[in-house]
Order: sequence, then structure tokens, then C-alpha cells
Amino acid sequence: MSTDSAISIVWIYPDLLSTYGDRGNMLILARRAALRGFPVQTIEVRSDQRLPSTADIYLLGGGEDGPQALAAQRLLADGGLHRAVAQGSVVFAVCAGYQLLGGSFFAKGAKCGGLNLLDLNSDRGPSRAVGELGGTIDPRLGLPPLTGFENHGGRTHLGPSVAPLARVTTGIGNDGSTEGAWRGKLLGTYSHGPALARNPALADLLLRWATGMDVLAPLDDTWSDRLRAERTAATAVS
Amino acid sequence: MTDGNTAKMPLRAKVASSVSRTAAALSRAAGRGDGSVIGGWIGLKIDPDLLAHLANGRAIALVSGTNGKTTTTRLTAAAVGVLGNVATNSFGANMPTGHTSALAKAGHTPYAVLEVDEHYLAQVIAATTPRVVALLNLSRDQLDRAKEVAMMADLWRTALANHPDILVVANADDPMVVYAAVASPRVTWFSAGQRWHDDSWVCPQCGAPIERQADQWWCVNCPLRRPMPQWTVEDDGVIDPRGAWHKVNLQIPGKVNVGNAATALAVAAQFGVRPTDAVGRLSTVTSVAGRYAQVMRDGRNIRLLLAKNPASWLEAFDMVDHAPTLLSINARDPDGLDTSWLFDVDFSPLRGRQVLITGDRAYDLAVRLEVNDVPFRHVLSFDEAVTSVPPGRLEVIANYTAFQDIRAELDRVN
Repeated sequence: MSTDSAISIVWIYPDLLSTYGDRGNMLILARRAALRGFPVQTIEVRSDQRLPSTADIYLLGGGEDGPQALAAQRLLADGGLHRAVAQGSVVFAVCAGYQLLGGSFFAKGAKCGGLNLLDLNSDRGPSRAVGELGGTIDPRLGLPPLTGFENHGGRTHLGPSVAPLARVTTGIGNDGSTEGAWRGKLLGTYSHGPALARNPALADLLLRWATGMDVLAPLDDTWSDRLRAERTAATAVS
Repeated sequence: MTDGNTAKMPLRAKVASSVSRTAAALSRAAGRGDGSVIGGWIGLKIDPDLLAHLANGRAIALVSGTNGKTTTTRLTAAAVGVLGNVATNSFGANMPTGHTSALAKAGHTPYAVLEVDEHYLAQVIAATTPRVVALLNLSRDQLDRAKEVAMMADLWRTALANHPDILVVANADDPMVVYAAVASPRVTWFSAGQRWHDDSWVCPQCGAPIERQADQWWCVNCPLRRPMPQWTVEDDGVIDPRGAWHKVNLQIPGKVNVGNAATALAVAAQFGVRPTDAVGRLSTVTSVAGRYAQVMRDGRNIRLLLAKNPASWLEAFDMVDHAPTLLSINARDPDGLDTSWLFDVDFSPLRGRQVLITGDRAYDLAVRLEVNDVPFRHVLSFDEAVTSVPPGRLEVIANYTAFQDIRAELDRVN
């Protein structure tokens, strides 16, 4: 299925984890790679299919409680994502998918075992976090501020072996103070759905991780820049 | 106050009903809106049971679902109209305040057909004891504040299980609707087709995957599967339970509305209306609270289409002519504040035509269209859009408040 020269992007379980335009992240990565001249292969793997373990980038989306718990069971039984991570693949996970990467999460009132790929655990917060989410990203990643939209009831507690993706300036994120997490080439965020639409530099970071290239050719991001500016201004006044 | 429904009412309800009508008239006269919410709100303040009092003595059908409620309600009211006067909330005011206003304003009618917001279905069933409930579909819509799809299906299911006397008319093509409707012992199934499948890949009953092949769907694990529909759509007509095909001549576009016509005929049949008697009346529906309305301005024939969520965008693309198209997106409270759903919609059917974008959240749309390889131009106003296209048809597709903004530009066209 995969060819050696193409960047392969796997969208994990769109039948379970696709609630808020999650497809967008796959489309955006594929487009930004193709505009740089990289051949791209996108693969949607349903929950009743085996997960390939040799792809370059894996995407996990958001989902309701039932599908989230089901996805954890399937991914643990499948083992493909764990093998891929051991081989250095990139993983980008949002919302429910982000919680899945940790040791545990809550779904339908019960504690569920996660994939244990990132040192974090999620539980229920006192209120649902719904609205604009913004923050300054870990300076080691060299990215402009994060902007997105969150909608979740969880609070996520980071262990010592992961770093927060960002310090929250708007919204809740993990706990009102930090937002998201990353380690190696694994990165998760509560900025849900098509998070990369508002954060093209983050998309390029994932592509740099996947290709091993330090620099990618710049793209015309006029519309993304306008969107970022408009959202930043809107959250500043509210 | 001599009409039949109100004559039996307690005094408090009569006063509430009268004040409600007056307030609605004042609201319209003041240019504050359709008046379809404020009147009911005041009436319910005076008498919290006003809706139940107004419903008493009428044979009522409720129409609910994520999409197509307003249009199907209008078509159903036209079909039931064969029997006599029908009260209906035709401005799309679909919460109890709107129902109260509609019934108060209509005075005595033997029948009522009411569109109901899906979140309020259980409450309105309890208040109005309807004879028929029609369930159209359930899909993602404003998830930042609405209930998740599976939760909504559970609420419907409980409401119907508690009211086994109701005649349920339900969409066999939507697993979420079927899951809710099978709780009732009295279901008539229709097939109106379903373009949108992305909220029903997982069985609402047991969580196993749902398989699809052609029109059929089934859970791989439990008995939930597509029931055999008694009412179906074929070409531009509707097949009734006896197998007779009725040609439907609609003034409103799209295959989805032939499906809505099938639903309307199925509901009307529960009141004893024969499809042959009702089908001609469906063509009297030309536009619905501005939806599908056509307006001439500066030589442009502007047609308005409302699309509020991914499923309804897919249906809108099926309706539009190959003509310049304006897309307008807001994300105000009634729309939902989250624009992520734009990536659930495949805009590629718009390739090859002149596409203009506008609205509060035009930049979200711009990024989406760029990724979708759909060339577009951003315009700052509706007027600029009109002057940017050649004379002839201009299709306008907008979400809720964006649609209302444009409707206001066109003198609140209905």
C-alpha cells in the first residue's frame, strides 16, 4: 500500500473519531506536503480494519464517549500504533484522541485505560470547556501562538516525561493553565477538529518531523493569516 | 374569544391567550420580528399550562429532526388542510413559545401541525398529546451547545416509549431515528433517502459498526437494521403503502424535498387523508420563511437556500443550478460558535462556477475552500455580491443568522 517515497498519512478510525471536521487535519497536511512537491498518500482506516504500522503520520480525532472507549479497546488490541510510535512515526491527536494517548480517561462515567503513549491522565472537570482556546506554544517548538476551539468535559494532568504544548491565554485546555502535550514526535491538543486550519505552522512542524527536513519551502498563507488575526482580535475583546 | 378551543379554557388561559396574540401583533407592528416568539413567551408567563390548554381538542402532528423540519411542516400542513383548517408555526419558531403563539393566533382549528426543535420533543409531546409524531433525521448540528447525536436519540426513544398511543412516522434510512422509533409499537416507516452518513457508523443500540449496502443498513452485532419502509420515493413521485405512485409537482427544489413530500403524505394519511387528495396541495408551497425564495434585484434572480449543518449543505449543493453562488457563514449564538464543521462538508461540487464568500466567518470558509481547491472571491456585503455577478441566477447558501441578514436585505422575503 505505501510507497517509500510518499509521505503516508493515516487517519485512525474516522468511523469512531470524527466529530468536528477532523478530516480537515488530514486534508491540510496532504495539501501542504503536495504543494512542496512531496508525493502524499492518505489512508483512512476504519475501526474494523488493521492499522498499518509503517505510516509516517497518524491522526486521531475527537469523538463522543462511547466511540472513544471503543477506539481505545481496538487500538490496544491492534497494537499497530504502538509499533509505529516505536519506529518513530509522528502522531497528532486532538480532543478525545489526545486523551486516548494517555494512561487513562473517563467515558460515560467510568475510568478507561488509554494507550499509555504519553505520560498523562484525564478525568472529569467541574464544568465543560467550550469556546475559543489560545496559548503561547513551548518555545522549543518555535511556533507562533496556538489558536483553536475546544469542547470537552475533561481535565488532563501531565506527568514529568511530557511537556505542555502551550501556556493558556484563552480558554481552559488541560486545566486552565497548560494546554496539550508533546514528547518526541507525539503531540496532542484540546484545540479540536481541524486544528491545523488555524495553525499552519503546526502542520508544517508535523511535516518536518515526518520528513526529517529542518526547513520547508514557504507557502502563501494569506487566508490562514487573516483567520488567525481575526480570531486573535475576537478573543482579545471578549 | 368565541372560538371552540378557547371557550372551554380556564379564565387565566383565556387572558394569557389574548395577551399573547396582542403581543405578537405589537412585535410585528414594531418591526421587531415575526412576533412568533414574544407572544408565546408572555402567554406562558401568565399561564404556564397555556400550550396544553390551546392544544386541547385539536388533532395534532409534531414534526421533528435536525433538518427539513420547517419545510416538512409546511408541506404537511398543506396536506392535512384537505380536512379543514390547520394551525401551524410556519415561521420556524419551533420551541414551546412558538407553538403557543401559533395556536393562540390561529384560534379554533380542528388540526395543528407543529415543527418541534428536537431538544423539546419530549416536553411538547407531554404538553400537546399529539396524534402523530414525525421523526425526520438526526445529525450533528451546533455541537458546541447541542446534545450529541446519540444522546438525542436516547431522549426521543424514552419519550416515545412513554407514549405508546402516538402514531409515529419515522425515517427508515436513519439508524438514529430507527433506534428511537422502535420504542413505539405504532410506527409507519418512510424512506426519504439520506445523503449524510457520518453520524451513524456506530450502532446506537450496542456500539458495534453499522454496515451499508445500497439502501440497506444493518448492525453487524445486534438486531437493529433498516425496517421495510411503507412510503418511498421513486423519481419525482411518492409510492404509498398500497404501491400506488403519485407524481409530486413541487415548487421547491431538490430531491430532499420529494422525500419531505413523502413524509408529509405519510403523516396526513394518519389523519385519514388519501395521498391522491393531498398531493396536489403540496405544490402550493413555494417558499418557507425565506427558504427557496426567489427575488429579482438589478437583473439578478436571487434564490435563497438555508444550510445549517453538514447534512443540509450536502442537500443544498444538490439543489443549486450551475450558476454563480454566494456562500455566507456566521457563528453567532443561534448558529453555534464553532466553525469546525466546515471541514465536514465537501465543497467540491461548487468547482467550476463563480463562488463568492461573505459573512462574519468568511475567513474560516476561505481556508476551507482553499484546501478544497474551490476558487473564490471574498465580498464585504450582499450588495457587492449582487454587483459582482452577471445578470441571471445568483444562488445564495447561508447558515442561520447569515440567512436572516440577507433576508433582511431583501425586505424579509418569505
